[in-house]
Amino acid sequence: MGSGEGHHTQTTDVAGHQASAPEHAGTAHGGYRVYWVTWGWLLLITLLEVGVVFVPMPRWMLTLLLVILAGMKAGLIIAFFMHVRMERISFIYTVLVPMVLGVILFFALIPDGLHTLQMR
Amino acid sequence: MTTSAETMTQDHALASEWGGGRSPFGFNWPKLMMWLFLLQDTLTFAALLTGYWMLRIATVDWPPQYEIFDLYLVAFMTFVLICSSATMAVAVAASARGHRRLSGRFLWLTVLGGVTFLGLQAYEWTHFIAEGARLATNPWGVPLFSASFFVITGFHGAHVLAGVIYLLITIARQAAGRIKPESVEIAGLYWHFVDLVWVFIFTIKYLL
Repeated sequence: MGSGEGHHTQTTDVAGHQASAPEHAGTAHGGYRVYWVTWGWLLLITLLEVGVVFVPMPRWMLTLLLVILAGMKAGLIIAFFMHVRMERISFIYTVLVPMVLGVILFFALIPDGLHTLQMR
Repeated sequence: MTTSAETMTQDHALASEWGGGRSPFGFNWPKLMMWLFLLQDTLTFAALLTGYWMLRIATVDWPPQYEIFDLYLVAFMTFVLICSSATMAVAVAASARGHRRLSGRFLWLTVLGGVTFLGLQAYEWTHFIAEGARLATNPWGVPLFSASFFVITGFHGAHVLAGVIYLLITIARQAAGRIKPESVEIAGLYWHFVDLVWVFIFTIKYLL
């Protein structure tokens, strides 16, 4: 089986670029530590998300907080679970730039929604 | 009839990452295809959530969601999905390091997480439907309240179901030694994406 070999090739591919060192640091601590640490953070943020809902605060503040927390979770999953942190910078841009479209879409319809609200 | 300057430019272009004959991203095409699929699927979910978000803004008396949905149940579903994503990450790493049996075990744990999630979602849906919610009508006055719920969580649930089937096939093929670790990694990308989408559904659909 060339299984171990396949991984090795990939690591050397990326080695010339940034951020391959942390993976080796993780490997030294039993190999899978980085995933369990990420898991712990994801759970912690989820607890925060649920907790924050019960704290009395203005609606816009709650929305902002929840969006930030969700963004943090998304970042952790993309960087550590999906290994984007280990990829080349050209690929990182290829993935992240289209996401701008999603963000634009999300905000583009707010004025329309508010307008509809006022018409009622 | 090329001048030496032209040849040099040509050589320079061919020697670049994009000159052909090598993979600019440092990985093979199946993984790139999965990423392209995930990007377009992201935009599909973004469209659904944006539509929902606009509805919320434009509706005066949106039903009191915190009283209708069991937030603790949904938080537990989120917990299950995050755990399954972590076990998937370990399965991918184990496969890449040549530990096929360990990888298989963690893939089974991931499947268990996926099936648990689907079971809890079936329970949630059953409860919601028993209370009178239908695709086009519901007792809380805003028809689009239940419509958006069923469409968004249903679309995500279908992704989880597809993921469970995909994982079972991956388990079988890895056990038979018919796939490379790269294929497990690609299955992992899909599974993490399903978890990623749930982060936003959980936040936008349930918490906001």
